[in-house]
Amino acid sequence: MADQPTAYERFIQGILPENPVYRQVLGLCPTLAVTNSMNAALTMAGAVAFVLLCANIVTSLIRNLLRPHLRIVIFTLTIATFVTIADRFLAAYMYQMSKTLGPYIPLIIVNCLIICRCEVCASKQSVWTAASDAAGQSIGYALALSSIAGIREILGTGMLFGFRLLPEIWPDWVIMVLPPGAFITLGLLLGAANWIQIVQSKKTDNN
Amino acid sequence: MTTSSSTISEKSERFQNSYLLQAWLVIGLALFFGIALTGIQIALSSRIETNKKKETMEKVPEIILGANHAQNQAATDKSLKIEQRSITVDKNNRKKVYTVFETRYPDGKPAGWVAKASGQGYADKIELLFGVDPGATKLTGLFILEQKETPGLGNKITDQHWRDQFILKPTGRMLKVVKGGAKGPYEIDAITGATISSKSVTTIINKTLADIQKQLASLAANPKEDNQ
Repeated sequence: MADQPTAYERFIQGILPENPVYRQVLGLCPTLAVTNSMNAALTMAGAVAFVLLCANIVTSLIRNLLRPHLRIVIFTLTIATFVTIADRFLAAYMYQMSKTLGPYIPLIIVNCLIICRCEVCASKQSVWTAASDAAGQSIGYALALSSIAGIREILGTGMLFGFRLLPEIWPDWVIMVLPPGAFITLGLLLGAANWIQIVQSKKTDNN
Repeated sequence: MTTSSSTISEKSERFQNSYLLQAWLVIGLALFFGIALTGIQIALSSRIETNKKKETMEKVPEIILGANHAQNQAATDKSLKIEQRSITVDKNNRKKVYTVFETRYPDGKPAGWVAKASGQGYADKIELLFGVDPGATKLTGLFILEQKETPGLGNKITDQHWRDQFILKPTGRMLKVVKGGAKGPYEIDAITGATISSKSVTTIINKTLADIQKQLASLAANPKEDNQ
């Protein structure tokens, strides 16, 4: 297991070098669906972080008991449990937000990001490494969601968290908070991320 | 000697390969998670119910008066008085209980009724509130409490714009869902790509109204008789 990344490397990689949305292009359903406001995006990122952390820790604890052909069942079972807990908590303590997010909270169960982390990291490495991996990936996911949500909310409504950022004469680009805005924003940001990657790799080649 | 040892190892191999033994972790985890989720559900369900009830109570005046008017009234402290009732209907020898909310203006004049109803949607149960005037002759509004319809298509039943077409619809006949623009007074425009969801909502309202319309009208005409 000497070739596995350490806890610190896992943590750092999750944030930008292996960002779940911009580099791995995983978990796009909520990325597109709930980024029309910053509040919804951050709640979604929080719920995903909770589920990812718990699922990674549980999977890592039982990693030596896993049978190869039954592991996906166990991952799904674990993830579904924590998603249900998150869903019930939102309904109890953030009722309006839970109605806004609607089916997208239960749909975290099928978010590839989480099952991917269970498979790649938690089922092979120690609890501490799995937890740092979950933390890094969660921060990366929150950054990705909030970057998209920030752009969409500011351009679409001229406001962020209910505060006006753009002058009153700004003609709200309503399309940005509608579904097409999600595709436009994600496409442009993904393109930018790829462009930065290419420029950087060219620089290292020239050196 | 060799034969007996081979049967033992065969037996133990068969034992090792048994499905139940292989899946012990799955079964154990499922039981454990099930118990944990039961605990969470028991701990949180009362709070979730309170949230739902609070939302219902907030929405009742909006359904009767319209959102803007209800806010004005709430601001001037002249909000409606709401009383919860249940109406029992005998239907094919089966008793069905409906929850309705009787609303009155502060001076005691009846403002209308809001009924809670539910039924099967495209994906899951749809639960909604709809309002009628005191005589139950026309609809005053519609609000969707709970739905799990397809995001982007069926969940448009919660859009204010779509729900608003129910306002002032007469209750004399069944409402009918049509595609491509409603014209008649009993017609409801279907959501593009979500005809089944649109029909579900309309059917829930039709059925509930058919069951309780007479009772509501008679209750409104003779308010003293309602204590039985």
